[in-house]
Amino acid sequence: MKKKLMKSFRWSAAFLALIVLLVASGCGGSGNTDTLEAIKKRGKLVAGVKYDTKLFGLQDPATGNVEGFDIDIAKALAKKILGDETKVELKEVTSKTRIDMLKNGDIDIIIATMTITEERKQQVDFSDVYFEAGQSLLVKKGSPITGLESLNKDTKVLTVKGSTSAQNIREKAPDAVILEFENYQDAFTALKAGQGDALTTDNSILLGMQQQDPSFELVGGNFTDEPYGMAIKKGNPEFVKTVNELLKELKDSGEYNKLYEQWMGVKPE
Amino acid sequence: MSLWDFNILVEHWDQFMAGLRQTILASLLGLIGSLVLGTFIAILRIAPFRILKAIGTIYVEFIRNIPLLVVVFFFFLGLPTLGIPVDPFTSGTLGLMVYTASFIAEAIRAGIQAVPSGQSEAARSSGLSYIQTMRYIIMPQAIKIVLPAIGNQLINLVKNSSVLGVIAGLDLMYYADLINLSTFKGIPVYTFVALFYLLLTVPLSLAVHYMERRFARSN
Repeated sequence: MKKKLMKSFRWSAAFLALIVLLVASGCGGSGNTDTLEAIKKRGKLVAGVKYDTKLFGLQDPATGNVEGFDIDIAKALAKKILGDETKVELKEVTSKTRIDMLKNGDIDIIIATMTITEERKQQVDFSDVYFEAGQSLLVKKGSPITGLESLNKDTKVLTVKGSTSAQNIREKAPDAVILEFENYQDAFTALKAGQGDALTTDNSILLGMQQQDPSFELVGGNFTDEPYGMAIKKGNPEFVKTVNELLKELKDSGEYNKLYEQWMGVKPE
Repeated sequence: MSLWDFNILVEHWDQFMAGLRQTILASLLGLIGSLVLGTFIAILRIAPFRILKAIGTIYVEFIRNIPLLVVVFFFFLGLPTLGIPVDPFTSGTLGLMVYTASFIAEAIRAGIQAVPSGQSEAARSSGLSYIQTMRYIIMPQAIKIVLPAIGNQLINLVKNSSVLGVIAGLDLMYYADLINLSTFKGIPVYTFVALFYLLLTVPLSLAVHYMERRFARSN
């Protein structure tokens, strides 16, 4: 009886060990894949970008082409790694799908208006900041409002119902009258009609509005910090280094400023 | 999520009250304005002059066939663009007034025309003037016919004042949206909002019934 029990125990232990081994090798295997090597072997960089975000990654419904600041950064990266800016494949990501797609290996890198946060750093590695996003103010050109400090109880600030922008502006300018609308287009229309003195949200959205109507401008710089970074699967220090080198090269050569101005319509601050 | 979460009501009492105040104000102004404007348009519509009739008809057919939201946006965006500074609340209330007036005008016109034409013919041949005929013969009969229809329009007006929420008019609906978006407790929030609207519309409805009975007796 005892012998039989021992025997079955031994078999179970062996079975368990096998499973542990399989799972462990699975993890190790994917962890060891070097993204940079994979890109070179494939001869193509697969970048996860937004398809629906003005200025950064927007699909033109007529041509199907995706264009924007993020896309041009992806092209520059393909040129740096593979020597050819056309060797890039774009894949659409959303804020919800992008981290999983990166972890699954569907994409090599996320270049998709992604804010660097401590929480996300647990999941992925980030490049250096490639775009200084943050909440700012949009006003009519020539407006007496020059920044947060000009907002008082006589100024109406427009924003969107329930947004973090609304929460932030309440904290930063507690005296101002805050009027909240259904969406950004409604808020901008109200601003244009003179129903408010300033509109507040992320500068990346305000820059798009400013392009729509150049009689408006951003003032006072950013009063919150939401730096955008490119995200790379953990365990690829070489790849991160390459991306940071590229950013430095683009900035040193003036190429970064050129791209920024081309898409944002203004020079970087 | 339960229907009755009284914490929502307690924690956001100030916001609910601020919104309720604006909703009541918009309703009162809208009520008075639309009754006055609506009566005036109805008079134009039945006036014995072609041109006045045409103006009345154009007003009614133009305004009542446009969605309320569009009328309100016209005031909200249009007036400031024309250099007339109006805040969201004022433009919303104006829109509400102008919109409701078209329905009230129709109700009044229908009531007056429902009085048999023999009545006014008899009055005129007895030597009463047009104004006197209206004042003493037609109106007392028309008002009974018109009351229920006007009551409906006034109740609609109170409920329609919720369009202010879309243009940041600081009414009950506006604050309800803000509370909902900050607490994510939509069902209790809108349950209380429904109660607040009932608090306004049920007494209004009862008042209309009371007046209906009073006019019925007076005959």
